[in-house]
Amino acid sequence: MTVISSTKNPEALSFILVAEFDADVKRVWQIWEDPRQLERWWGPPTWPATFSQYEFTPGGEASYYMTGPEGEKAGGWWRITDIQAPNRLEFDDGFADDNGAPVEAMGTAHATVTLEDIGGRTRMTVQSVFESEEQMNKMMEMGMEDGMKEAAGQIDALLAEHSRA
Amino acid sequence: MVVDQFSDAELDRLFQAFADTTRRDIMRRVAVGEYSVTGLAALYAMSFAAVQKHVAVLERASLVTKEKRGREQIVRGNHEGLEKARRLLDEYEAIWRQRVARMADILAEE
Repeated sequence: MTVISSTKNPEALSFILVAEFDADVKRVWQIWEDPRQLERWWGPPTWPATFSQYEFTPGGEASYYMTGPEGEKAGGWWRITDIQAPNRLEFDDGFADDNGAPVEAMGTAHATVTLEDIGGRTRMTVQSVFESEEQMNKMMEMGMEDGMKEAAGQIDALLAEHSRA
Repeated sequence: MVVDQFSDAELDRLFQAFADTTRRDIMRRVAVGEYSVTGLAALYAMSFAAVQKHVAVLERASLVTKEKRGREQIVRGNHEGLEKARRLLDEYEAIWRQRVARMADILAEE
């Protein structure tokens, strides 16, 4: 198994995942650093991601959209807050409208990625901290897989209900 | 479906409740044990009244329950609200597990 552990902390709206890869740290760093490799794994297979902007530098901004099975688009952005190549990447992750502009009202999640060498292999730890449950909902909607359609239906219903408020 | 049990107003209260650091910290504490409002107030650099207000916001969102015991008000986590957050995190975990699998596929190509 590649995933070693995952820790969910509903009280703090945080999530930590630890995975190990049969590749050295520099190689794993590349799949974060190179947008062409990043877009091969960030979006689900049915919702591939396209990064139209990717400034991989502290303070840099990234802009992307994912394309759904029926051509629908879901936009997102990152704001990179820290880079210590090839060991540490921190970024804020949020939602964008059809023009790629951040939807500030939806809030952001903060992600911290660390890569450690374990004898030629790599241990990757990803920590995500969410601002609110509403924002977690939106993130789920954007990352949804085919096999999670039932959950997607629940979230759509939730968002539909909430937007009527 | 779980979400059908929540009205618009309830959802607004839930989201508002989670959007504050102190309230999330209170939630972490009362999820694992009971606290008096006085006990909570001693933990934060703010007035008793301010902490009481935070607890009231959590109570309106059904995230905690408050009960009078003598002169004290005892605060406990309400697990139904937390269960919803936990379900969302389960879905997030599934997304990351799939991402890691795709990352491993890319790395295995060489």
